[in-house]
Amino acid sequence: MSNTIPDITLCARNLTRGFGNKQIIHDVSLELKRGEVLGLLGHNGAGKTTTLQMLTGCLLPDSGAIEICGIDLARQPVSAKTHIGYLPETPPLYRELSVNDYLIFAARLRGMQPAAANEALAQTMQRCGLEAVGKKIIGTLSKGYQQRVGIAQAIIHSPSVVVLDEPTVGLDPTQIRDIRTLIRELGDSSSVILSTHLLGEVESVCDRVEIMQAGKLIYSDTSERMQQFGCVAGFIVSLRNPPPLSELENIAGVCNVEQLSARQFRVTHVPDENPSGALLALAAQHGWQLEQLTPLHATLEEVFVKITDTEKMRADMQDNQKPVRPDPSTSSGLKAMVEGCVPTETVHASTSSARTEEKP
Amino acid sequence: MIRLLAMRELRSLFSMPSTWFMLAGLQFIFAWFFLARLEAFLEIQPQLAQLANPPGVTATVAAPVFNTVALLLMMLVPMFTMRLIAEERRSHTFALLLSAPLSGRHIVLGKFLGLMVFLVVLVASVPLMLYTMALGTDLDHGLLLSNMLGLLLLAASYVALGLYVSALTTQPVIAAIGALAASVGLWLADIGASAEDSPWHVISPFNHFQNFNAGLLDSGDVAFFVLFSMFFLLLTMRRIHNNRIYG
Repeated sequence: MSNTIPDITLCARNLTRGFGNKQIIHDVSLELKRGEVLGLLGHNGAGKTTTLQMLTGCLLPDSGAIEICGIDLARQPVSAKTHIGYLPETPPLYRELSVNDYLIFAARLRGMQPAAANEALAQTMQRCGLEAVGKKIIGTLSKGYQQRVGIAQAIIHSPSVVVLDEPTVGLDPTQIRDIRTLIRELGDSSSVILSTHLLGEVESVCDRVEIMQAGKLIYSDTSERMQQFGCVAGFIVSLRNPPPLSELENIAGVCNVEQLSARQFRVTHVPDENPSGALLALAAQHGWQLEQLTPLHATLEEVFVKITDTEKMRADMQDNQKPVRPDPSTSSGLKAMVEGCVPTETVHASTSSARTEEKP
Repeated sequence: MIRLLAMRELRSLFSMPSTWFMLAGLQFIFAWFFLARLEAFLEIQPQLAQLANPPGVTATVAAPVFNTVALLLMMLVPMFTMRLIAEERRSHTFALLLSAPLSGRHIVLGKFLGLMVFLVVLVASVPLMLYTMALGTDLDHGLLLSNMLGLLLLAASYVALGLYVSALTTQPVIAAIGALAASVGLWLADIGASAEDSPWHVISPFNHFQNFNAGLLDSGDVAFFVLFSMFFLLLTMRRIHNNRIYG
């Protein structure tokens, strides 16, 4: 996160929020630049929705400040909110209205003039692929279309900050792809913050990732960097005529070999010494008949599990020593820890790595 | 902005078939009652004519019709107010209003005015029916006007009460039962209290309507209705603000 670029559309500082005696959000700070897509990643119940509700003014934080395009949300809620478009978890649709009427209402609600609202309507309908259903009653539309109408209401007034809470939940793969393309497009003109527990979504659409766990942001970096540091030294190898496991293990540099199926092995190695060359030579020599050699890529899922596990471990260690509040440098300190342990750590379940290998 | 919200409220109401059924059903009841009163008046008219100072047709037909409509409104308004906020919460549309550049005042007044316009349309048929009597006789316009004004103020106070109860819950049915219990409770306490100066008479909107019904325009009654409505509208705004605090 850098503060050098002045065009900050959303800035939240030290947000906390509790319900009753339970503290849900601990000291969350976020910053969003124009033209950036930020993914807020976390398990169910991590506090993503609560955070987004606070950012959109639906909930007041117990402490902390939020600025939308430089306007304080607590002091001038009305003018700050004109810059926000929000799609909650359940799209806020008046089921008895037609799509056109509803979207015009949403545009006018955000202070657009009738003529401008009509113009924006045509454009938004086209963007969200709603042209065919303009006159239909929202209640009669399929779930996918309803979700699109929900997104349309969030962007019809061209807000600077678009907040989407799990925008692709319950959609079929084609619709998911369409909506991701749309989100990417939105990222060109405005800032988008989206919450999700789908890691593929973050990989495909987000510029930056914030991982949230138990109401705290535990990691923040660009989506690319996150995948890089999660890289695992290893590959999947398929041999039509496989040798015993021990022979593979004996190749120089190989740390561990795991048999995935009769012909498939998952090989991890020391990061500096890639044994694939030696393996190829041996395969040719002994007639193992190599079919496939695919390098391993860690998905965000693995990275995510690693980070959350490390965080848990850390918290446990702290609890054992003394019950202190986690220090604010958690995120950077943690990153170092995770980066340090990546090369040696084995990736979790064999099934998840099998999936990895299918990744294009 | 308030007008936009009121229009949305009206549009939603009129897009539901149940609203039209209700309008038709109520129109039938109003008409039935009006004709029954008219028939009764025609029967006793010869006896009335023998009195020294007989009550006119407006007092014998129109006033009781208005009184019945007022009683019906007490039962009906909760059916309409229940949806106002509880339904928005239940169908998650409230987030749209909360995240829009609106204050609680806009939301509350928009909903209040939207439903008031609807109720005016609903009861407008009553004076229209009564004015058909002007074809055959002279009417007491003052009495009719005071009744119409009273009915409007009474409806406003019931809507404000219902709106507040609707803001307390996410279940429209509970909102309806709550508002009905409150308005009928106030009415029962009023008619049950025998003492002339019982405080129940003072806080019952229906009791304050009686003066309007008799053609007596008392500024005290008007002030009561205005204060009663404002009190509950302010409570509703407060409640919507609390919504942001307590979630």
